[in-house]
Amino acid sequence: MAKTLRVNETPLVLYCLRRADDALILGHRLSEWCGHAPMMEEDMALANMALDLIGQARSLYTYAGQVEGEGHTEDDFAYWRDERGYRNALLVEQENDDFARTIMRQFLYASFADLYWQAMVKSKDETLAAVAAKSEKEMAYHVRHTAEWVIRLGDGTDESHERIAKALEYCWPFTGELFEADESEKGLVAEGIAADLSSLRDQWRTNVKAVLDEATLTMPQDGWMQKGGRSGRHSEYLGHLLTELQHVQHTVPGAVW
Amino acid sequence: MTGREGQPMPASFPPADSATLLAKALEVATTVADPEIPVLSIADLGILRDIKVAEDSSVEVSITPTYSGCPAMNMIGLELELALEKAGFSKVTVITVLSPAWTTDWMTEDGKRKLREYGIAPPSGRTSRGALFGADEVQCPRCGSKSTVRLAEFGSTSCKALWRCEACREPFDYFKCH
Repeated sequence: MAKTLRVNETPLVLYCLRRADDALILGHRLSEWCGHAPMMEEDMALANMALDLIGQARSLYTYAGQVEGEGHTEDDFAYWRDERGYRNALLVEQENDDFARTIMRQFLYASFADLYWQAMVKSKDETLAAVAAKSEKEMAYHVRHTAEWVIRLGDGTDESHERIAKALEYCWPFTGELFEADESEKGLVAEGIAADLSSLRDQWRTNVKAVLDEATLTMPQDGWMQKGGRSGRHSEYLGHLLTELQHVQHTVPGAVW
Repeated sequence: MTGREGQPMPASFPPADSATLLAKALEVATTVADPEIPVLSIADLGILRDIKVAEDSSVEVSITPTYSGCPAMNMIGLELELALEKAGFSKVTVITVLSPAWTTDWMTEDGKRKLREYGIAPPSGRTSRGALFGADEVQCPRCGSKSTVRLAEFGSTSCKALWRCEACREPFDYFKCH
């Protein structure tokens, strides 16, 4: 029986895992909609977005394994770290709830990731820059698609407006963490490897506000912001998600297709 | 020269000089098609990036993913191994390279023509952000009309969106700029 993975989290390994975990967990959440979306086109859209994110996660985990140099593969990182070992932001692990919540979570994250990966194209780390060059285009499609839905739901019926407004209120306190950077990340920013997250926040607000305005939604005030995911302190939802994601590997360790 | 046991090697194999060997490997690799768009070879798509042949006829092929999550990549790797082994190459390694990142700008003109004939509109324009968004002018692959509308942002595979022609009323796949 394989044991929980102990990762040698040097700044660059940790940095890759944080980005990879965001992508994997959000991708997994979206994949939960497969076969359940409100219409055929949307089922395909959610599955496609999930695929983009899981693909990004795979490249980042593989690279984290190369940097760490302990022979760990993408599967080792995904299947053999427990909840405390995951480094994703709390936003992406939140439950799907209704379609409005799923769309709002995706819109807020994608609006961030779109700017983030655009900035990372200039990274001095060649692999991260290459992942960024792909990801920024993929995230731009996610932004366009989800922004259209935010507007459609916000400026739709009373029921749809109420639901998307509630989703916005729920998701907002989780957005602050996306722009948080600790000391280990600041070192990478100074080396030109990592993008300075705080510098993206104003543009993010501007982009998000433009869509919310058109959707007749009010941009929330920044109050108390939730955080903890980047250092492994998660909400109750991640453990349940991982139980499902890791079930087969924990039952039959090393099973492959 | 070791092949699979019991299978005779082609008489002329291996060719005497390395340039011939490389040309042979390239010829074989180029026949591998994208499983989701079988009219396009991986060379047309720009997925095939490099190929090296050692003196012992072991081959190393470099491929690059299209979309990050393109599920065809595993299959393409497998088909490359099979095709090259069948052609007599002893040891085939397929590696994935990420840099520089693949873009639809690399699709050959011949590839675009084949796509159109297959009924898929090729990526229009180059992949500046302006081309990704806003300047959507997609020509119907059947009747050629530019009077077309997007039905769904995400289509049957990662790389495609679903469109419809307003002139001939046919729905069609559009290979998105990336």
